[in-house]
Amino acid sequence: MERITRFTSPTVAWPADDVDTDQVIPARFLKGTARSGWGEHLFADRRYDADGRPRPEFPLNRPEAKGARVLVAGRNFGCGSSREHAVWALQGYGFQAVIALSFADIFRGNALKNGLLPVAVEESTHARLLSAPGSAVTVDLEAQKVTLADGMGASFVIDPFARYCLLNGIDELQFLLGQEEAVAAYERRTGPLSGGIPS
Amino acid sequence: MSEAGPRTLFDKVWASHVVVPATAHTPAVLYVDLHLVHEVTSPQAFALLRERGLRVRRPDRTVATMDHSTPTAPRRPGVPIPIPDAEAAAQVSALEANCRDFGIPLHALGSERQGIVHVIGPELGLTRPGMTIVCGDSHTSTHGAFGALAFGIGTSEVGHVLATQCLLQSRPRTLAVEMDGRLPPGVTAKDLILALIARIGIGGANGHVIEYRGPAIRALSMEERMTVCNMSIEAGARAGMIAPDDTTFEWVCGRPHAPKGAEWEAAVRSWRTLPTDDGAPFDRTVRVDASALEPMITYGTNPGMGIPIRGTVPDPAGNATLQRALAYMGLQPGEQLLGRPVDVVFIGSCTNSRLSDLRQAASVFAGRKVAPGVRVLVVPGSQQVKREAEAEGLDRIFRDAGADWRESGCSLCIAMNGDRLEAGQYAVSTSNRNFEGRQGAGGRTFLASPLTAAAAAVTGRIADAREMLR
Ligand code: SF4
Repeated sequence: MERITRFTSPTVAWPADDVDTDQVIPARFLKGTARSGWGEHLFADRRYDADGRPRPEFPLNRPEAKGARVLVAGRNFGCGSSREHAVWALQGYGFQAVIALSFADIFRGNALKNGLLPVAVEESTHARLLSAPGSAVTVDLEAQKVTLADGMGASFVIDPFARYCLLNGIDELQFLLGQEEAVAAYERRTGPLSGGIPS
Repeated sequence: MSEAGPRTLFDKVWASHVVVPATAHTPAVLYVDLHLVHEVTSPQAFALLRERGLRVRRPDRTVATMDHSTPTAPRRPGVPIPIPDAEAAAQVSALEANCRDFGIPLHALGSERQGIVHVIGPELGLTRPGMTIVCGDSHTSTHGAFGALAFGIGTSEVGHVLATQCLLQSRPRTLAVEMDGRLPPGVTAKDLILALIARIGIGGANGHVIEYRGPAIRALSMEERMTVCNMSIEAGARAGMIAPDDTTFEWVCGRPHAPKGAEWEAAVRSWRTLPTDDGAPFDRTVRVDASALEPMITYGTNPGMGIPIRGTVPDPAGNATLQRALAYMGLQPGEQLLGRPVDVVFIGSCTNSRLSDLRQAASVFAGRKVAPGVRVLVVPGSQQVKREAEAEGLDRIFRDAGADWRESGCSLCIAMNGDRLEAGQYAVSTSNRNFEGRQGAGGRTFLASPLTAAAAAVTGRIADAREMLR
């Protein structure tokens, strides 16, 4: 895992509420077996028309969106399907953070595990971001703070363990593998499931 | 919540699976009893194991099937099943290779136990009260109907469970949904859950585990309870649970993986200790009067946009999400859905593809014909459901009416396998998601119960099935 501490980037806003992961990446693209190559399908049905031409009105297709590594989204971003492909598509496109009013649970967890920062902010901060389209923000994970181009700052809450892992470049799997002794002890204590499981 | 005081069903299942308690800096390490795996969300997790030289820690607690991208077209016995889509075929063979290499039991395409992962788990007796169950699929909440703590995870976590049989979890909050009264005739479990989601919204249970309680829930069959728990995620819930009772035990008893003999007796004794203690606190409570409910249908592009079948499309009143939804659906505020023509009817998915769902649909199809110009797909949830339905002659009722009787799988619920809507088509679907493009790019979905779907199939329009049952 790469360490994440802070970064500054222009924003692009698509502040729709309840954007589900089927919008982030439609299911018909989920047949791949690799972890990369998903960025081109990000928001596919919103970004492109039926003939595959970019829809000029979609925020990501506007010239000023180029180079934005922070997406400003609406409320309950990433609801629906648990597909981690949604996170891979956002990262594949180049996003490092999504700033939203709130996130769906599974999406937030998936994002943190991949180093895509889900930054939930209050309405006033959100409104200020939207009133200055494209302007740069600094996301500081260490300080748990976003700073807007106008100098205004807002703190954000993030799961402390996920933050620790991201700041130190540790992945959660490594941590879990380190629990082996406790897991083995748990299994000895609880024994096999009555009835058993497979075959 | 104190360990000594009265505890909820969730508290009990959680506590008995904590391997390492949470600290100020780390979430709890939670043990997973059963890990279900399918072809779409697992390949990258197996790749991670290979990269790091890890094994699957407990292949004996892992079970795989293929359901999302597999074809459901009718088959000829003894002939290999063609998968026309090369990418889907590659995904299916990747799962075969991964299961072979890591020693995981697989109910492969063509095997007699293949089916939608959330249908076969319960059906094989793998899903049992008090367990923790995960799968790289948000509808894992289905298994909570048995009093298990069951939730969907992403592919990174699939890798964690494969490698360690554990997950790092912070404790969710609890939401009691008290369902009073009894469902009226012609109003189903699907209507009940659609009504709840319409009321609390698709983010209404974010961060919570729901426990469905009350007389209306106790009166439901096991299959109806699965329909309810299945859609917990559609309210944003981490999981949905129902306390096990005699209905649960009767349903589980005798299934291939259910405990037998003295083990069964001991299991039931311990399962009887699971229900929520009197006075146990929940973080939130919502009450619903089931006896006041009507058949529900969605009009919009998320499962929270639902109305009673005789209701009217609401006025967005400046709400951009609703405006966009109505534009996509081609609907006007104030209009009734009743009587609207439909192009496709889909009866299937992990929400409504079990035997009782097919029986309900068949009760409407019997002696009637599919309306001209309507395409109807009936897709059983598993090969076992298919066999049982055929043994009862349900397949003949569907076929005689002019519906397609298919092989088991996710099919038109997610439109990955070639079954899909054309742009602009309207479908009444018994599945769980009406998101834009979910059933095919540009397709428009009305979610409803199997009764409502069957009524639409035979009339060619959105209809109130209660009138046909009289
Ligand atoms: S039937 Fe639909 S919702 Fe259920 S597992 Fe398959 S794709 Fe997911």
